[in-house]
Amino acid sequence: MASKQLLALSGVSKEFPGVKALNNVSFDLNEGEVHAIVGENGAGKSTLMKILSGIYKKDSGEITYKGKSVSIPNPFEAQKLGISIIHQELNLMPHLTVAENIFIGREDVFPGGVFLASKKQTEAATKLLAELELNLNPNDIVGELTIAKQQMVEIAKAVSYRGSVIIMDEPTSSLTPAETEALFKIIGTLKAAGKGVVYISHRLEELEKITDRISVLRDGEYVKTLKTTETDIPEVISLMVGRKVAQDQRPENRNIGAEIVLRVEGLSDLKLLKDISFELRKGEILGFAGLMGAGRTELARAIMGADPKSAGKVYLHGKEVKIKQPSDAVAAGIGYLSEDRKRYGLLLIQDITFNIILSSIPRFSNKFGFLKVKSAAGIARDSIAQLRVRTPSERQFLKNLSGGNQQKVVIAKWLTRDCDVLIFDEPTRGIDVGAKDEIYRLLTKLAEDGKSIIMISSELPEVLRLSDRIAVMCDGRLTGIIDNKDANQNIIMELATKFSGNAISAN
Amino acid sequence: MSDVAKKATQSEDSNKVMAFVRREIGRVTAIASLVVIFAFFTIMRPVFASWANVSGGILMSTTVIGLLAIGVTFVIITGGIDLSVGTMMALVAVITGKTVMAMNLNVWQGILFGMVVGTILGAVNGILITVLRLPPFIATLATMKGAQGLALIVSDLKPILFTTDVKGWDAIAQGNIIPNFPNAVFILLLAAVVASIILNKTVLGRYTFAIGSNTEATKLSGVKVDRWLVAIYALCGLFVGLAAVVMTSRLGSAQPDLGLGYELEAIAAVIIGGTSLLGGKGTISGTIIGALIMSVLINGLRILELQQEWQYVVVGIVILLAVYGDNVRRRRAGESTH
Repeated sequence: MASKQLLALSGVSKEFPGVKALNNVSFDLNEGEVHAIVGENGAGKSTLMKILSGIYKKDSGEITYKGKSVSIPNPFEAQKLGISIIHQELNLMPHLTVAENIFIGREDVFPGGVFLASKKQTEAATKLLAELELNLNPNDIVGELTIAKQQMVEIAKAVSYRGSVIIMDEPTSSLTPAETEALFKIIGTLKAAGKGVVYISHRLEELEKITDRISVLRDGEYVKTLKTTETDIPEVISLMVGRKVAQDQRPENRNIGAEIVLRVEGLSDLKLLKDISFELRKGEILGFAGLMGAGRTELARAIMGADPKSAGKVYLHGKEVKIKQPSDAVAAGIGYLSEDRKRYGLLLIQDITFNIILSSIPRFSNKFGFLKVKSAAGIARDSIAQLRVRTPSERQFLKNLSGGNQQKVVIAKWLTRDCDVLIFDEPTRGIDVGAKDEIYRLLTKLAEDGKSIIMISSELPEVLRLSDRIAVMCDGRLTGIIDNKDANQNIIMELATKFSGNAISAN
Repeated sequence: MSDVAKKATQSEDSNKVMAFVRREIGRVTAIASLVVIFAFFTIMRPVFASWANVSGGILMSTTVIGLLAIGVTFVIITGGIDLSVGTMMALVAVITGKTVMAMNLNVWQGILFGMVVGTILGAVNGILITVLRLPPFIATLATMKGAQGLALIVSDLKPILFTTDVKGWDAIAQGNIIPNFPNAVFILLLAAVVASIILNKTVLGRYTFAIGSNTEATKLSGVKVDRWLVAIYALCGLFVGLAAVVMTSRLGSAQPDLGLGYELEAIAAVIIGGTSLLGGKGTISGTIIGALIMSVLINGLRILELQQEWQYVVVGIVILLAVYGDNVRRRRAGESTH
């Protein structure tokens, strides 16, 4: 493809206090091209994107856009140049319509500039959506759409700026396979229109389908750019992590204790969960598979007492425990690692030590309520070494750590609390291949040390690789629990789509 | 030590200094502004810097607001707000005055009683917020009005002149345990030190920061957030009670209608002192500096004979500048702003 260069970065560096986020990185993008940037967490992808979209300023290096050297001091300037970014977390106004969201800040107005010309705006939106072949109604309220459709709104919004470069940060992380296919079609349309797409994803198998080139970053350094047709996933992975990663594994035969540590009986909630019962043994990893919205997170939160139960009992070591609020669950020895670390797991503006001792503060204080600062810092340093958290010191603030390292801090928090039962909800979400491997090893080791683990995951290879048994949920019900040796992806998917009669007609 | 190693330690040291300045930039700028303002008034009117003016004028007038602001600092760090501290203080004052007279309490019993009443009233705020799940702004707006009315009802709309009946009550604020140094100022400093220790060295302080940083995550970590919030609002009430005691001693009576408006001055002091309204961040020393900046300003402007109405305008501008400066700093550091 003989195409013109849209965007080029050369020798871009960026430093944060204590962290060299980018070191002399180069990258370029052509018209009608999808160019992926991959790398482990902390490799510098986000930083690079934020420089391109004007959120951060580069310390050094040059950015060339359509042949001219440019500076991008703020997001507004990026948009004016024609660089749009679609963030992983969508930035839409849920109470406004599709059309209003697309044209937010650039509303069509009647002469005089006071009254909104809603009809004209709706027409413009309709035209734009048709152009992109998006199946959306401009008058729908965005908050009522599925995540996938909301993402389409973001794409329409990005295109509406008539820019040439669209950056997509993990666009498929919350999409179903069918929705992902639809997104790829839209990307195809954008390519055909001569736009350049910068594509960031942890799902490497997607890259083969839609990208033209793949650039690999590692530890803030540029590693290599590959033509997609001339490479394969194992090569990309080995460039990312600097070593080979085994795929499609199953757990070795572990010694699982006879003791039933956790027993849940007839648990229901007011909205979704219906009559769920299961047992968890000492040293066992029980995987929870299911589609989005099957109720796995709701189950975890109900067990934790974070949301109310309408029926059901929870037994620990054979004794019933009354769990009315999370502190009851934690006191009984159950820890929960949320899928949404930033919202439910971390104190981002506090340091590592604070986060690690958060659920065990009474242990780090004397009888007068004074903190034992030294022993807290000690346990934090031990955890950092043990879990290999990449940080200059235990006093680093959490917001300065990468996703994988933040996750390790959450794990350290629960290890410090020494819970018998740990509920991991999507433990590797937003975490790159290399760090994933580390988290897998950690989970296995925890089970070997006698912890009982519930692992909720939407990635089937992950479930199959780690779980001793696999519980499958569908529409708030437990549709089956199978031994790992009897399980494969097909069986799990079958159970995950076993809607009851009512549910099917309701859908 | 080799040259390279020496250089490395040197740059490490300067990094540490830089990191300290960066971390403490809020307090550093607050202290710097205080010094600049103080120097300005001293140059304009040298009498401003006389010990009589500094202790009797500036420091003395900082005490009540300062004590209230210390309490409010805890609440604001949790991400909450307490609008009721001013009128609660008036309510504590009249209840204490009445009780001291009726039960013939001595000065120590009276002080203790005032602090206990303040603590209970603070706990009421905490219970409204946690049990009824009211937003702190609403709950304390309601108790602010309620306390305002109750103070008038309890006192029968009249000032309660009880202080002369109690031996030593006047000395709570006016006496000098340390020569030339009013006791009220000593109480404020002592309270600040104790509050600072509670905030930074104790479990309660740690949970104050945790709740303000991320309430949900703190709850899911097994912390009984509701219970700690009640304790934190009660602690705020304790400082309100102490402020009420100091106030009655300074005025020589319990004034049922004196309190409204103090809450906003206290909140202003907290914010000028660099505590974030978003929660999770703040210091007691910053709050004290913030309270001092306000009283230095008011006192200085008064000495310059600027009319009262213009004094208000200047204070308003200072609050704007303080928060704006804080925002600029945060933006540079890539943090979220107000």
